[in-house]
Amino acid sequence: MFFLATPIPRDIPLPLPLPEWLLAVILVLSFLLHIIFINLMIGGSLLAFWAQRRGLKNQDYDRFALELAKTITVNKSLAVVMGVAPLLSINTLYTVYFYTANALTGFAWIMIIPLVTIAFLLTYLHKYSWERMAAHKKMHISILGISVGIFLIIPLIFLTNVNLMMFPEKWEGVKGFMSALWLPNVWPRYFEFIGNCLTITGLFVVWYVSRANYPVEEIFKSLTRYDLKKIGYTTMVVGFSIQILFGLVVIFTLPAKGITALLLGLMFTAGLCLAVGLWLSYQRLIGPAALIDKHFRPIFLAVLAFVLIYGGSRQLYRHQALNKHQQLMAEKTEAFLLASKAARETAESQPARAAVDTSLGEFAAGAAVFQANCAACHQIDKKLVGPSVHEMVSIYEGKVPQLKAWITKPGKKRADAPQMPGFPNLSPAELDELSKYILSQKPS
Amino acid sequence: MEFPMFHLDWLNDRFLIAVIAILHVFINHGLAVGFIPYITWLEQKGLAKAGPNEVTHKGWDELVYQKMKVAFIITTTVGAMTGVGIWFSVALVSPNSIGSLIRVFYWAWFIEWLVFVTEVVLILIYYLSWKRSNANIQSKVRHIRFGWFLSIFSWITMAIIVAILGFMMDPGNWNNDKTLWSGFTNPIYLPQLAFRTPAAMLIAGTLGMLLTAFFARRKAGLRTAMVRDAGKWILGWMPAVLLGAVWYWQVMPSAMKANMSTAVGTMEFESYYNLLKYFILGTASLAVIIAVWALWRPQKIKWAYVIVPCLFAFGFLGIFERVREFVRKPYIIGGYMYSNLLREEDYPLYQRDGILKHATYSKITEITESNKLEAGKEVFLYACSRCHTASGINSITSVFERMYASTKPLDEAAMAAYIPGMHKARTYMPPFPGNKQEIDALAAYIKYLQLSGESLEGAQRTGVVANPLHRINEQADEQLSTIENQGEPKSLVKIED
Repeated sequence: MFFLATPIPRDIPLPLPLPEWLLAVILVLSFLLHIIFINLMIGGSLLAFWAQRRGLKNQDYDRFALELAKTITVNKSLAVVMGVAPLLSINTLYTVYFYTANALTGFAWIMIIPLVTIAFLLTYLHKYSWERMAAHKKMHISILGISVGIFLIIPLIFLTNVNLMMFPEKWEGVKGFMSALWLPNVWPRYFEFIGNCLTITGLFVVWYVSRANYPVEEIFKSLTRYDLKKIGYTTMVVGFSIQILFGLVVIFTLPAKGITALLLGLMFTAGLCLAVGLWLSYQRLIGPAALIDKHFRPIFLAVLAFVLIYGGSRQLYRHQALNKHQQLMAEKTEAFLLASKAARETAESQPARAAVDTSLGEFAAGAAVFQANCAACHQIDKKLVGPSVHEMVSIYEGKVPQLKAWITKPGKKRADAPQMPGFPNLSPAELDELSKYILSQKPS
Repeated sequence: MEFPMFHLDWLNDRFLIAVIAILHVFINHGLAVGFIPYITWLEQKGLAKAGPNEVTHKGWDELVYQKMKVAFIITTTVGAMTGVGIWFSVALVSPNSIGSLIRVFYWAWFIEWLVFVTEVVLILIYYLSWKRSNANIQSKVRHIRFGWFLSIFSWITMAIIVAILGFMMDPGNWNNDKTLWSGFTNPIYLPQLAFRTPAAMLIAGTLGMLLTAFFARRKAGLRTAMVRDAGKWILGWMPAVLLGAVWYWQVMPSAMKANMSTAVGTMEFESYYNLLKYFILGTASLAVIIAVWALWRPQKIKWAYVIVPCLFAFGFLGIFERVREFVRKPYIIGGYMYSNLLREEDYPLYQRDGILKHATYSKITEITESNKLEAGKEVFLYACSRCHTASGINSITSVFERMYASTKPLDEAAMAAYIPGMHKARTYMPPFPGNKQEIDALAAYIKYLQLSGESLEGAQRTGVVANPLHRINEQADEQLSTIENQGEPKSLVKIED
């Protein structure tokens, strides 16, 4: 029983800067904004990778890949900067839970920084070397391949963290990232997320190539606007399908701790939005070319509804999973602060524990100053860090002002000892007593 | 103590933050705050150099654009990610301090975020629309205006962060009223900003000269003019740099100065402090030399020469941040939290009960002869490991060996006698937070480290085992409340005696 019991840490003993519900709202909304650009960055690079490989046979796909590559570098910058607000909010709202998960997966967590930096530099290299590397296409594609690989690893690290933070009862079993990765729900959420990247990117592609001023004929030789839109819809159909499939796995592998009827209702409603999106986009794909744009707006709204409802349901789950533990933590923090206050007051009411040994008579006060300030480095009869007191007496006997000056602001004399720090904090009275005591310690 | 202790024994946890943060400051000051106004200024100069029927001088504009491309690529990759990296690394190494600062500065950081978003959007517009804006004079003028907007927003991002940095060194009134505003108006804020701003301009100027000399190796005419402009830029900002530096040094709070003078007299701080002095003087004079030379004989300037003041400028920035960090010791948040992440006001409790009883993940709560080493390891983890390693950079054994001479085996009793008073002799050290048994266990562990040469693994590898007193468990609650109450009645009795 003992080892099953969950750890209860203390919280940061400062009030939240704003009400909890408001922080949660800011967290969810700013996170969705962040994740949409992440979706576009990851989905865009996956699609560009596919297109450029196809471009080995049909040059137009290579051009399409370049068009996508130009958007990736913009979206990735927005993704990073949009991430600051949700990071700030989750740090504030779930300080103990998030930081604990971070520390337990620390190595993988900090590797996000160099890995993403490398991936970003590679996306620029890939974009700016398009012409220069035209003769070495495969090598050029593999540059993108590496950044796609990195982009696929990062969400896994992130999801492992936000999953781990919800289960304090599992913290003890975790030894590094790899073990946290296998906690329930991480992988299904990951694949659902990758599906979401494709859905959002498909939607983006359709919008991007639909714009009236987008010069399709100037850029492409054989691909028409309709062909490009079809790529977008196909991407969406694939994305929606993956999302629905793994979304179901997510719901069925969700640890029971925070599940309520409301939560399941929300999650299934979100799933329903996906089903609507899948059905409509599939209809456009098999439907006549003239009607390809017919359902763009309903699909967009279905995706938007999904994002808001699913995002909201995740926060609801997090809240419900942690609610009880948060209460226990708040009580623990409160009790600690009271104990700390009591100890502080007791300490203040007692005089400083300076061990004044009254048997020393007139040297007692000086001995106390010596114990508190000097004894760490000086012993009476032998060298410790600095010389012994007996040696001091041999130097300073009858030279009290010089001794005091040295204590206040020492110089450096000995090659075999580190330099002594000064003690300007001692009062003149303390210096009097101290020097009196030191000079009384003659070798017998 | 409330968090699993992430620890890097080979690198030192502080070093992880320092590497990421200093790289970020280099890029932020050298390629954003100082660089964008420099680039915009040059872009504007292109208009005056334009021939008839030209919007701007083509070759000149191309050269300025090339420099901006370098800044754009680096700031939006390494610059952006090291910014995030500071958060990540601080959250790992120093969760209590960042967790506290975020609660105080939430709105400052939130506003900072809005400014960041604006800055990123502006830099995307500024860089990506550069070529298109060359179509006609109206769009070019608008583009230059974007450059100035971007300069202002880059500066504001720095202005907000400096408030937070200044706060960490001296929270001013915050300790009394704990409001955001009093933290924001702390006494170091304006002087530090007044120093950093021209320093960023200076660094950007030397970097700009370097890039000019590099990109324009074969364009003699353009190079001469642009190198000379960089010289003017540097000399123009130099008086502000010097005035800012003087002001900054003057307002260092007296506590900090006292700390420094003590430290200066003693240990490694002396070398940092001297190094900073040399770097300030060296950077300023080298920058003046290269700037005067650039004005006098611009054609002679080669990129290989400019590298020297450039490296010096970066070195200066690095050492400046190092000293700034060192100066706030023994605190991580002045007067509130020590660099071991323990709050000053909780010290009486820790010293009475020992820290292990209050550590969420300590396996040991009662120290016995048989668990002494294991206990010492836990004490080291909670009291020392934020700044010291077991066997890596700034290792605890090396510190004591330096003090007691490295040839001898360390003496447990001497170390145990030294630790309770170390904060008086070494003013940058926080007082030891625990009780007597913990000091003895720690001394035994340090001695063991010297003998074994072992290193210490962090929670990211070993995982955690929760303290039996800090679990959901009725018994644990009772045990803890007895501990937390026992000190009080006993000592009260003593006083009455």
